[in-house]
Amino acid sequence: MSNRVAVVGVGQTKYAAKRQDVSMAGLVREAAKRALDDAGMGWSDIDAVVIGKAPDMFEGVMMPELYLADALGATNKPMLRVHTAGSVGGSTAVMASHLVSSGTHKRVLVVAFEKQSESNATWALSIRLPFTGGSVTGAGGYFAPVIRAYMRRANAPDHIGIKVAVKDRLNALRNQYAHLKLPDITEETVRESPMLWDPIRYLETCPSSDGACAVVLADEDTAQGTPNPPAWILGTALRSEPTMGAGRDTVNPHAGRDCAKDVYAQAGITDPRNDFDCAEIYVPFSWYEPMWMENLGFAEEGAGWKMVDDGSTSFEGDMPINPSGGVLSSNPIGASGMCRFAEAALQVRGMAGEHQVDGARKALGHAYGGGAQFFAMWVVGSEKP
Amino acid sequence: MRRDVAIVSWASFETPSEPARNEVELLLPVIQEALGKVGLTQRDIGFTVSGSSDYLQGFPFAFVGALDAVGAWPPIRESHVEMDGAFALYEAVNVLQEEGIDTALVYAFARPSRGELDRTLTLQLDPYVVAPLWPDARSLAGLQAQALRDKGIDVPDVPPTQVSDGGVAVVLAVGDRARTLTDNPVWIRGIDHRIEPSSLGVRDLTVSTSTETAAKVAGATGAQAAYLHVPYPHQEHILRTALGLNGQSVDAAAGPMMVGGLERFAAAAAAISAGKATRAVAHATSGPCLQQNLVAVLEGAS
Repeated sequence: MSNRVAVVGVGQTKYAAKRQDVSMAGLVREAAKRALDDAGMGWSDIDAVVIGKAPDMFEGVMMPELYLADALGATNKPMLRVHTAGSVGGSTAVMASHLVSSGTHKRVLVVAFEKQSESNATWALSIRLPFTGGSVTGAGGYFAPVIRAYMRRANAPDHIGIKVAVKDRLNALRNQYAHLKLPDITEETVRESPMLWDPIRYLETCPSSDGACAVVLADEDTAQGTPNPPAWILGTALRSEPTMGAGRDTVNPHAGRDCAKDVYAQAGITDPRNDFDCAEIYVPFSWYEPMWMENLGFAEEGAGWKMVDDGSTSFEGDMPINPSGGVLSSNPIGASGMCRFAEAALQVRGMAGEHQVDGARKALGHAYGGGAQFFAMWVVGSEKP
Repeated sequence: MRRDVAIVSWASFETPSEPARNEVELLLPVIQEALGKVGLTQRDIGFTVSGSSDYLQGFPFAFVGALDAVGAWPPIRESHVEMDGAFALYEAVNVLQEEGIDTALVYAFARPSRGELDRTLTLQLDPYVVAPLWPDARSLAGLQAQALRDKGIDVPDVPPTQVSDGGVAVVLAVGDRARTLTDNPVWIRGIDHRIEPSSLGVRDLTVSTSTETAAKVAGATGAQAAYLHVPYPHQEHILRTALGLNGQSVDAAAGPMMVGGLERFAAAAAAISAGKATRAVAHATSGPCLQQNLVAVLEGAS
């Protein structure tokens, strides 16, 4: 039996297109300090630091944890750097949880960030490899055909993606840290926004954000003495599959289903739609909400879009998805996964502020990356397991 | 640690320059050799984790393509560090504390010969103040060597930064599973790592406090041999002092970037397995002038 682990602190920066008021060190420190304050801890209380971010070329700094070590109070402490593509924020939290569950450390500071304004992510994503064709499509170009395949397979009406786009931006109005604030958004404005990668419209895609997210993970003894309620980690899981392969289903990836099955088994989740009070899932393009509803077992295959259509996934619905506004409202890529994990923790701690789901006791944090091939998940709860 | 973890197999490959094969072609035989020696396939592995750097590959997500070298189908429990493979091994040792995860595959790879390593490593420095001045890795090592000379310590001149390509794979297993896989499991008795600040001006470059602390926490005493990761020859003196080595056999090597540290585990395990030592230290370093250091103690069956 591994040691219990809890989230005892959460910190986020204000997300914005350009955080030119801070360096990268200032950015990560802002989130870390808020997480420490929440945990009632100082820098010296931390045993180890784990940092995650997406490709180094997004900022143009190689292995930036080396440069960030002292800014994060890691001097003469262990420091690890995780990189698993877009899922990295989630994978980083999972890896850090193992450092506590194994008994190696008692208090671990976990930070994920991206400062996209330092470089150009679409350039970094479009570097042509030797002997391969260049596509220069960015992530939207990659995922658009997958979304189209889902629409055809599920007979999903065109307005579903639009509804998700509106819903998440309205949720973001309740989140003080969210990047996009679009109080006047309507289905009409989304429909009329430029088509970027058919069927993905401008307002159905995520922004490019600067930002950082941090959590403090602690062992059971520590968690029982922190000032704010802990979120107990009831399960963690990681799964990866190749980018290409004859057996792959890119619409409903095998790795995502396996990852959910693993984490649900650990957390005693048998009926996700009933057992969870809310979920924060990685939706960079609006259509991924119904797609992940199916992949995660919240809906039967082909029926995920109906949860969107009948309002179930809205803030007032029976299964609020991304009450924070999600990736569609704030996307500091390397941190986006950790934001999901952290927001799930805030919900079960009762500390989500204006976007608090009433009485949330169990929540799912989910992240994916690469060509929808890397998955990281955790289940958090208000009750000690 | 509740569960004892052992190195049960390893394989590595290093060449000055590997222009013909891509990452998957380079890694596949190394991984196959390591798994094959103990009769395992990827399906038998509970956790897979790798170390590499996009900047050495020259494109983002280098590790994603390399995943084809393990065959991640059906999907696998997997992670990656943008660090030397030795730090991936550290993660694996922690994950192996979970019941039900009994084996791990750890690998690392790099082909820095594609670019100018000395200049690439400049991008590890403070991006606002230091990196724009483009101090290269060899020059920074030179500052460290000079700092030693200023203290009256005679050290060798700093040679050109070693550039080589390669890969390494290490298979880990816990307790009885390790004993069924090999007659000579090499147990990881202690492991720890520490980092120092990036700014060279705030560090005493002639000592390695991070190595000292890591060695203390890992319990690195009583070893007969040490396998040190030494990118520049003058650093051996600093590491010997930090580890308190006196009379032990010392094997120092740089190895390919991202691979060199994990390769030291393979080298130490090979020595223990061959009966050359019963207890040995494996060391890995990362960052300019020994900024980050990992120390482990490996032991054969007593």
